[in-house]
Amino acid sequence: MDLILLAVIVLGVLGLVSALVLFYASHRFAVHEDPRIGQVAAVLPQANCGGCGYPGCSGFAAACVKAADQGSLDGKLCPVGGQAVMEQVADIVGLSVVASAPKVAVVRCNGSCENRPRIAEFDGMPTCRVQQMLGMGETACPYGCLGCGDCVAACQFGAISINPSTGLPEVDEEKCTACGACAKACPRGVIEIRLKGPKGRRVVVLCNNKDKGAVANKACKSACIGCGKCVKTCEKFQAITLENNLAYIDAEKCKMCRKCEEACPKGAIHGFNFPPRKPAAPQPAEPAVASGTTQQTNNEKPA
Amino acid sequence: MKPIISLSPHVHGGDSVSRNMYGVCIALVPALLASLWFFGLGAVVVLLSSVLFCVCFEWAISTFILKSPRLTICDGSAILTGLLLGFNLPSNLPLWIVAIGALVAIGIGKMTFGGLGCNPFNPALVGRVFLLISFPVQMTSWPQPGQLASYIDVQTGATPLSLMKAAIVSGDTSYLNQLPSAFQLFVGSSAGSLGEVSALLLLLGAVFMIWRRIITWHIPVSILATVAFVSGLMHLANPVYANPLVVLCSGGLMLGACFMATDYVTSPMTTRGQLIYGVCIGLLTIVIRNWGAYPEGMSFAILTMNAFTPLINTYCKPKRFGEVKK
Amino acid sequence: MKTFRIGGVHPAENKLTADKPIRDAMLPKQAVFSMFQHIGAPAKPVVKKGDKVKVGTLLAEAGGFVSAPVHSSVSGTVSKVDSVLDASGTRRAAIYVDVEGDEWEESVDRSGQLVRLSDRPELDSKTIIEKIKNAGIVGMGGATFPCHVKLSPPPGCKAECVIINAVECEPYLTADHRLMLEHADEILVGVSLIMKAVGVSRGYIGIENNKPDAIKLMTEKSQAYPEIEVVPLQVKYPQGGEKQLIDAVIGRQVPAPPAIPINVGAVVQNVGTAFAIYEAVMHNKPLIDRIITVTGKSVSNPGNLRARLGTPMQQLMDECGGLPADTGKIIGGGPMMGKALLSLDVPMTKGSSGLLIMNSKEARRSAPQPCIRCAKCVSACPMGLEPYLLATLSTHAEWERAEANDVVSCIECGSCQFTCPSCRPLLDNIRVGKQTVMGIIRSRAAQAKK
Repeated sequence: MDLILLAVIVLGVLGLVSALVLFYASHRFAVHEDPRIGQVAAVLPQANCGGCGYPGCSGFAAACVKAADQGSLDGKLCPVGGQAVMEQVADIVGLSVVASAPKVAVVRCNGSCENRPRIAEFDGMPTCRVQQMLGMGETACPYGCLGCGDCVAACQFGAISINPSTGLPEVDEEKCTACGACAKACPRGVIEIRLKGPKGRRVVVLCNNKDKGAVANKACKSACIGCGKCVKTCEKFQAITLENNLAYIDAEKCKMCRKCEEACPKGAIHGFNFPPRKPAAPQPAEPAVASGTTQQTNNEKPA
Repeated sequence: MKPIISLSPHVHGGDSVSRNMYGVCIALVPALLASLWFFGLGAVVVLLSSVLFCVCFEWAISTFILKSPRLTICDGSAILTGLLLGFNLPSNLPLWIVAIGALVAIGIGKMTFGGLGCNPFNPALVGRVFLLISFPVQMTSWPQPGQLASYIDVQTGATPLSLMKAAIVSGDTSYLNQLPSAFQLFVGSSAGSLGEVSALLLLLGAVFMIWRRIITWHIPVSILATVAFVSGLMHLANPVYANPLVVLCSGGLMLGACFMATDYVTSPMTTRGQLIYGVCIGLLTIVIRNWGAYPEGMSFAILTMNAFTPLINTYCKPKRFGEVKK
Repeated sequence: MKTFRIGGVHPAENKLTADKPIRDAMLPKQAVFSMFQHIGAPAKPVVKKGDKVKVGTLLAEAGGFVSAPVHSSVSGTVSKVDSVLDASGTRRAAIYVDVEGDEWEESVDRSGQLVRLSDRPELDSKTIIEKIKNAGIVGMGGATFPCHVKLSPPPGCKAECVIINAVECEPYLTADHRLMLEHADEILVGVSLIMKAVGVSRGYIGIENNKPDAIKLMTEKSQAYPEIEVVPLQVKYPQGGEKQLIDAVIGRQVPAPPAIPINVGAVVQNVGTAFAIYEAVMHNKPLIDRIITVTGKSVSNPGNLRARLGTPMQQLMDECGGLPADTGKIIGGGPMMGKALLSLDVPMTKGSSGLLIMNSKEARRSAPQPCIRCAKCVSACPMGLEPYLLATLSTHAEWERAEANDVVSCIECGSCQFTCPSCRPLLDNIRVGKQTVMGIIRSRAAQAKK
């Protein structure tokens, strides 16, 4: 009996002392933090992808609160949570946010095994960064996708995967949060974070090759050769620019008329998520313009 | 022709995991033959079953549980674990205990951590220590050598280590007089685990491994030197502690120093780290042998230092080229 | 026998062409001159399409201090100024010359007579360096660092000795070996020129003792030069690494980057560079040709060729019996540090010390196995690094820890990967780590400047 009593007393005292120590420590070493930071962090996705440009979600939360104290949340965007989350954040800090259009990752390379023949065989650590150190790599295109999947490894959301038949990464638009981790991981800058477009529709030059036409043509059947036909087709909207033998479509100026797609002799321009074409659609441009979002109406055609 | 492209170097030295593992196995052959010579049937049964169980468990775990695409049993590491586990067992151990030891060695000691290269502790020693703690009676009844045709029903006897322990506990040096001479111990023929029987042949194996560049001298030499030095000092101070030559040649010291502590995966990476590791194993062995509850301290010493290996790796950096001492 | 103190490996030597005398390669039909034949700023073309050039005509001038001019090695017409796929695997600016005849610039002395330093007493340090600079000479061992930069020590540094790298520790390659056997006198004059240029009175020629004939010949010939000493070295790779060679010859270790050899008072030049310097200074011949070893176990007629720069590798291969049917890998340079070439259309450059063909079986790496932590890479690393750790840190993107573990000290010699029993791609990963960490360091420095 004595033994039990003794045990109870000893353990009880021990517990009490520990509790006191903990109590003292929690007060003595308490870190005072703006409670809003915790609240903001709670609504963030906690993927810690770094897509916002801050080290993880808590870093972003702190930055948001700091920016809010200065009066504006401009330039702060959680690409994962998107608009919805930013509105919640704005509520917490008592501000309103400017709407920003959703974005998505786009792989600007169409150099599938068929289009872009392999001229060598890569043997080594199967990552794009290692292959990039060998210059051109397996194909004769020094700008295109290397196909080792550094972007796949970088994606936190399982939104990107290598299609075994083409050897190229494919983005799952449902899962993609446009955090930009894949774009950062790609040693050749093939992946672009681009406006998703109305109904997910967008027209993109699927090529990153800056070589001269003849060289690019030899390397890949669907390479942009910098011929400039698309630029001429788009004279009205001035959405396409040609730099370093590579055409680029400005997503904000594009009116989705898809004329450039037809004009491209190499088939390097692709429209995404458009309904299948009717045999002789007279003017596919009209409905696309009509469904344009705010940011597109901001950019009226130049006078 | 599509040329192969890769970063340099474009040639490889030709060394391989299996070359190293089978190299150790070959180095164990002399001691293996000696154990067959001294323990006969028992040694055959225990060694064979230990190796077989280890290989089978490795195969079963990697195929059915880990579902790993590559078969790792061909690299010889499971065979080596099996051999070393067998070397650490008495020759009259029942088969089912051997099987449990192999399961613990491979299953818990190695595969739970991810297989080859990932285990923090030497798998064979994990198996052995598990058996030693779980089945102390079976694990410490050491058959006397020379009973070639018998397996379970053998005469057991005191090992040199138990005599030494008795001398220390009682403070009576007469126990030490019953010890075989250092030379006898060195050549072989005393009771103990199968593989410990001949220090000479184990040393021969170690020399072979050093010659083949499978291991470097640092770990075995630092362990043996530490043990010799410290036990020598103790013997001089108080004759109740045995002669250092006897200490060196008795028990699992030689097997541990040459084959268990030098296990690649669980020993430090730098030469300085290896020396520290060796010295600490030597000291711990002496401490456990002389003052611990068990007569043998080698396996506990090695396992303890295995736990410190990551720490040693973190703090013992090799001397960088051009580094100036501050 | 002297050697460096930390690490090192012993690859099979395979010096198949050690007894093959140097032969002259044929003139190419078209020569291609890359503007990136050296480390540093690319050369700037000074000719245009249609220009007539002779052997030794300046094609491109140096693009900065750390840069080198490029001279034509053939006579003919400039057909285009375009780009070419070079040994780096990328397409870079280059000048194409269609070859017509073999007409040399008059200024080049083609007599081939040995000119000693005593014959030209008017040469002083400044003139020598100027001539070297104008001849476009770069480190011929493969690093292709512009030679004149190394010979002009930065302020505050004083050179104490010149070390000539005649180690040729790469397996297969024998270009330097043959050069020493056939041009020992010229090399020794070249060495004394280098010594005069940097103003030192001590010169060492480090030769590995797998070339006893070269050691013997050079020792004999160097009797006439009391200030030059031939140092036989124990065979060990990577003894030809600049830092390892200094350690082996004079026993001093260059501290971690940013320290350079001159900080311990040494100037290291390759033996081929010494020969090129002799030709440039004494015969006014710019760097237009070099010795290249064309070799490989499957090559039918391997040899050491004196070839004009800009010659396509394909032609050199044809002269050595053509590309074997079962070719797996084409390597520009030696097997330890050479670059795998995408094709034989790559032109020869100032740094091309070898062309090595491996069959498909030799060429393929074994499948990597898990690291067994055997520590062989740690004991092989000549820089005292922990390759296993650096490779792991870089696959896990732990750049701070990689930096703390001195990843930037790696000289990419490949000893770790060579020795790894698990055939792990250690150096592939370490290179990624080194590249990233160097980028981080650079951006940090740029930020500090701001």
